[in-house]
Amino acid sequence: MHMSDALVSPAVGGAMWGVAVGVAAWSARKLRQAPEDGRVPLMGVLGAFVFAAQMVTFAIPATGSSGHLGGGVLLAIILGPGAAFLVMASVLMVQALLFADGGLLALGCNIVNLGFFASFLAYPFVFRPVAGARPTPRRLFGASLAACVVGLQLGALGVVVETALSGVSELRFASFLLLMQPIHLAIGIVEGLVTGAVVVFLRRARADLPLGTALAPEAGRPRSRRAALVAVGLVAMLGAGVLSWFASSRPDGLEWSLARLAGGRTPVVPDTGLRRALARAQAAMALLPEYGLEKNAAGGRESRPRSWPAVDAGTSTAGLVGALLTLALSGAVGAGLRAVRRSAPASRAPSLRSRQDVT
Amino acid sequence: MTARIESALAHIGSIEDLAALDTPIHRLDPRAKLVTTLALLVAVASFGRYEVTRLLPLALYPIVLAALGDVPAGPILARLALASPFAILVGIFNPLIDRAPLAALGPVVVTGGWLSFASILVRFGLSLGTALLLVATTGFDAVCAALARLGLPRALVIQLLFVYRYLFVLSDDAARMIRAHGLRAPLGRRPGLRVAGSMLGQLLLRTLARAQRIHAAMLCRGFDGVFRLRRPLRLGARDVAFAVGWCGWFALVRAVDLPQLLGAVLGRLG
Repeated sequence: MHMSDALVSPAVGGAMWGVAVGVAAWSARKLRQAPEDGRVPLMGVLGAFVFAAQMVTFAIPATGSSGHLGGGVLLAIILGPGAAFLVMASVLMVQALLFADGGLLALGCNIVNLGFFASFLAYPFVFRPVAGARPTPRRLFGASLAACVVGLQLGALGVVVETALSGVSELRFASFLLLMQPIHLAIGIVEGLVTGAVVVFLRRARADLPLGTALAPEAGRPRSRRAALVAVGLVAMLGAGVLSWFASSRPDGLEWSLARLAGGRTPVVPDTGLRRALARAQAAMALLPEYGLEKNAAGGRESRPRSWPAVDAGTSTAGLVGALLTLALSGAVGAGLRAVRRSAPASRAPSLRSRQDVT
Repeated sequence: MTARIESALAHIGSIEDLAALDTPIHRLDPRAKLVTTLALLVAVASFGRYEVTRLLPLALYPIVLAALGDVPAGPILARLALASPFAILVGIFNPLIDRAPLAALGPVVVTGGWLSFASILVRFGLSLGTALLLVATTGFDAVCAALARLGLPRALVIQLLFVYRYLFVLSDDAARMIRAHGLRAPLGRRPGLRVAGSMLGQLLLRTLARAQRIHAAMLCRGFDGVFRLRRPLRLGARDVAFAVGWCGWFALVRAVDLPQLLGAVLGRLG
């Protein structure tokens, strides 16, 4: 369920990058205040564990398919929210840089969807209350299950909201929501079952290990009111940011789907003072003011409801011919450069792959 | 999924080999390549959703990167194909939902849905292909060093380096465990939920023990809580020219519809 670069607009991608960087800086500062006691290697190796754990697939009863561990909630249970968030962020960055899972522009979205919701919402507000102060194995299992389900539902909702705000995909908000949430309910239950099994196993094997408190001593106490306020504030900021993009940056997406629902009539948008102010601010701040407002028929979403089907075959054909030519030219440049390179063979530095030494 | 992870690890191995080459692209400062790549991503995402042809001139950057950096196209394209299902899944509904005609190629009318679907695929290929090429021509460690110099929180950079370092070690652990289970399981079946829970728990215990050993080893070598990344980065005129030149190209592509211009000129000549 990685959000993809192909579906995200610069506004949404940038806003989520901002949220992710802010939470990461906050978490890093919080961690620096805790005593450094083997925290850095533990966090690092647990990040690698998330990858390795995904190799262990298991049969899902009665379906014939298989599942694997996601990791976000498990990390929060072991490490506490801040450290777990940083570990998930690093895992997602490695996935984006090395495996093309998601992509760099969508990285902020993915860190929020898969890291923030699991560490800062599902863990403190679902896992801890359900598990209680002195959890029995049964309670631990139930709490893990509930936290995974909630975390994945929030993550899936994040994907749907970000996709709708970006407006690249044609999927309507409601239908995409109805597609994503049930699928991720199933995934969440499977993930919750295996996370619960691992947590109960860990509790039995290492009763000395204080869960969720290993690295963040303050998390051992019942959550203070201030921490809850900070969490609620962050969510509110996120929501406000998201909603303000809805209201100001891309009014067309929402209005456009409303227009479709309303049977082609353009919905009446109340021209409130706030809306005007937002529009003015948007016009003043927009990096790419022409974005989405191209005047030509081939690109204009704005002009479409009025002028379609004003299709200019001549323009389209010239565009296609030019595109093919562009590709051919780019390919020729590449081939030429390769030929030049081949005539002067590259020297090879010693390979770095001898990484089998183990600490 | 196991096969997927294994292919991913094999992919990292080949990326590491490519990153060890010495070409004009490899010799550039990692910051120049990182900034240029980010600029390309923003440029790609800034186009309207019905744009297909106007995106294509941006492909010049990854093509030049691959050509001058001696990166074969095959592994990169294979990796993209493996990662593509989500983009395809979300985009494939566009042609079904949006049936408004937006363009015509002679007698064939192209609907908005097909245009936006094609646009999603082109965006996907451009942005992810370029990100893969960045690592293949730079190396993961150098990208991390560049991120640190550009202001990413130190804790996150160290975390990235650790994850990358132990990825192979722990995956080998997991692979051994899976093989041991497979040898003992009747018909080589996958473990059930219960068994998978204890297998993952065992893997977790080993991981925790390993973290303690690593910490002890770090303390033995005089670790005092501060990380010192030693990787000299020098930003020369070549690096600046590289970044500025390519950003200029992206801006030109964004401002002017080059394929349209080219096609029109060609039409006039013919």
